[in-house]
Amino acid sequence: MNPRDAAALVVDPEIRVITIDELGILRAVEEDPASGRVTVTITPTYTGCPAMDVIRADIRRALAAAGHADAEVRTVYSPPWSTDWISEGGRAKLAAAGIAPPEPVRAPGVVSLTLAVRCPQCGSPETEQVSRFGSTACKALWRCRSCSEPFDHLKAL
Amino acid sequence: MNGPFDFALGLGDDALVAAQRLAEWTTRAPEMEEDIALANIALDQLGAARLLLSYAGELEGAGRDEDALAYLRDDREFRNALVVELPNGDFAVTMAKLFFLAAYQLPLYTALAGCSDERLAAIGAKARKESAYHLDHGALWVKRLGDGTEESHRRMQSAVDEVWPYTHELFTADPAAPVDPASLRPAFDETVDPVLAEATLTRPQSAWAPAGGRTGVHTEHLSYLLAEMQVLHRAHPGATW
Repeated sequence: MNPRDAAALVVDPEIRVITIDELGILRAVEEDPASGRVTVTITPTYTGCPAMDVIRADIRRALAAAGHADAEVRTVYSPPWSTDWISEGGRAKLAAAGIAPPEPVRAPGVVSLTLAVRCPQCGSPETEQVSRFGSTACKALWRCRSCSEPFDHLKAL
Repeated sequence: MNGPFDFALGLGDDALVAAQRLAEWTTRAPEMEEDIALANIALDQLGAARLLLSYAGELEGAGRDEDALAYLRDDREFRNALVVELPNGDFAVTMAKLFFLAAYQLPLYTALAGCSDERLAAIGAKARKESAYHLDHGALWVKRLGDGTEESHRRMQSAVDEVWPYTHELFTADPAAPVDPASLRPAFDETVDPVLAEATLTRPQSAWAPAGGRTGVHTEHLSYLLAEMQVLHRAHPGATW
């Protein structure tokens, strides 16, 4: 398997329904044609994301399994990751797993916090935020007033 | 201050010490959601601290990495502003510190995002989005407690009175820095004043402005915080898990 495809299949360790490619944190995969050395560039969702070490290890493991043992994983911070980088396919997978996908970010630095979030279980817009901070740095905890189910919302960043 | 190293070190130490203080709330917050919120904000601060201290180490060029700077300096070598090392106090004091710090860090990181230093610009662009959430969270609690019961109002006003004098140090002029902290004061005031008004709180008029953190002269509270934060690394150099 070519290194791009191998790295793209690595799943996010904290949201295991979505790959790092769909999440938009896989920036580049380059293979040196002479040496065969692979350089993967990733970016964190949040600066303190504790999953980064696991993601780096998972990428190296996936590349080794695909025949690219000589690999380096670089981390870059610019341009900063935004939830707008989550692919359409990724959004659909989040919703299917009961995680409400983020609304689009309209202007850099401006965070809109109170747009209606649809319940990923029943589709109702009658929802409320329970806590701005959830089980991981990138999620908030919400509850549906129609079906009473609590759910995670990947908050716009 | 002297140049980019001291500047990056000061901001990195602000974030690191704030993270350590916030983490003290873990398992002790008034409700579970707040426990998770404070831990998440602590994690954001720690993330920013790691980027800033790593960069400071590179600027210094003496071979010190983020761990060496975080774990192997003594209190007099830390450059954080005093406000972040103050004890957590009650929940209102913690929220006053969170709110004031975010109201300073958001315009700071926003200004950094446009500065000529590429590394600081990247860190600023990343961190400001997280600061926006911190500010919102702090403001929400300041309003809820200030405009709440008689007791919550009393405690929130007392917290604002206690923390306010320490905010002045954050804006000490440093015209040579990539972003002059003094230039952030108007944005801070524009953020803070309406929130305090809505919370029915009074902005303190006291002119007392304790300072010294940026030059390594700290309150005694920092030494205890560092002892706890550094003990493992110093007892077991190079330990990993």
